[in-house]
Amino acid sequence: MRLITHNMLKCHVKNCTDPDKQFPLRFKDVQLEQIDAERNDEFLVRMLPRIDWPALSKTTKELDITLPETVPGNPEDDEEFLQALHTAILETHIKQGSMLCDGCGHEYKITNGIPNMLLAEHEI
Amino acid sequence: MGLSTPSTSHLSQSKYDSVYEPAEDTYLLLDALENDQSQIQEQAPTVCVEIGSGSGCVSAFLAKVLDPHSALVLSTDINPAAALATQETIASNDCSNCVSDQIRTRFTQSMDSRLCGSIDILLFNPPYVVTPTEEIDVTSEASAWAGGKHGREVLDLLLPNVAHMLAPRGRFYLVVIEQNKPDDILELLQRDGLLGERILSRKAGREHLSILRFIKK
Repeated sequence: MRLITHNMLKCHVKNCTDPDKQFPLRFKDVQLEQIDAERNDEFLVRMLPRIDWPALSKTTKELDITLPETVPGNPEDDEEFLQALHTAILETHIKQGSMLCDGCGHEYKITNGIPNMLLAEHEI
Repeated sequence: MGLSTPSTSHLSQSKYDSVYEPAEDTYLLLDALENDQSQIQEQAPTVCVEIGSGSGCVSAFLAKVLDPHSALVLSTDINPAAALATQETIASNDCSNCVSDQIRTRFTQSMDSRLCGSIDILLFNPPYVVTPTEEIDVTSEASAWAGGKHGREVLDLLLPNVAHMLAPRGRFYLVVIEQNKPDDILELLQRDGLLGERILSRKAGREHLSILRFIKK
C-alpha cells in the first residue's frame, strides 16, 4: 500500500467519530519499501487536490520522510516539490505492520501490502 | 478486440482457490469498458475504484483502457485471497501507467468520507446470483456470487451511496442479470440524478447478463 492510499483510510469503528483522531491512522511496527516508479507530473498535479495535506504531512513526519509543510503556489513548476511528493506518495510502500486509531485504539493490520479494514460485528 | 485480456494463470495456485475466476460476466464488463475507451480517455479519470475485484482482471484491464493516461486504481474485496490475487494480476500484466493498490474491505468502507464525491470511475461485478439470504457471505467462495433475494441483497447495500460517491461526470459500471430487475435499478439511480443505460447484453448459459452504465452530471 502506498502512502497515497493510506491518505484515504479512516477509522470506521462505531462511535469513533473525532475527525482529529480517526484520521490519519498512525503506523505501528511498519516495514517500508521504496520502489522506484516513473514520475508523471501531470498525474501528480491532478492528484494534488484529492490529497489531505495536513494528514500526509503528519504521516510523513512520523515515517521520517521529507515533505514540505505546505503545497507551493505553483506546484506544477516546482521540480523539488514534485520529486518529494512523488517519492512520498507513490514510491513508499508499506508492506507489513499495522495502523492504529488514536481515537478508539483499533488496530488495522497490513499484510503483503494490503490493509485489512474489515471490522468485527460489534464494531460496525 | 483491440486490448488483450489480462492474464490470470496464477489463479491456478491453491491459495487462490476461493477467488472467482474470470467468466462471461467478467468478459462482458471488459467489453463494455473497451467500447467506452474513447469516452473514458476523454473523461481523464483520476480516482477509480473497483468493488469486489476478485481476480483483479477488471482492475488490470481498466489500466489498459486508460493507457497512456494515469489514474489511481483502488481495488477492494472482503476476501483476502482475492485482494492478493488482484495484486498479483496487476503485477503480472503491464499496468504501469496506473497507480494500483488493494484494500481488504467491504464496498469502500473506511474510505467513504475521503472518496465521497471523488470517484471518477466505479466498477462492480456484484454477487448477483439469486440464492436464499442465508447463503450470502457464508463462505469466501459464496461471497463472490451469492446475492440473496432477486440477487440484489448485496448490491442494494451499495446503491443508495453511488450517486454521492461519484465525482461530477463520474461513471458507474455494473454487471447484472435479468433476475436482478435492471429496470428497477435504472429507475432507482435515476431518482438520485444518475443517467443510466443498459449498454451491453449477452446470454451466457442460463444467465442473461447486462452491463448497466450510470453517469453523474
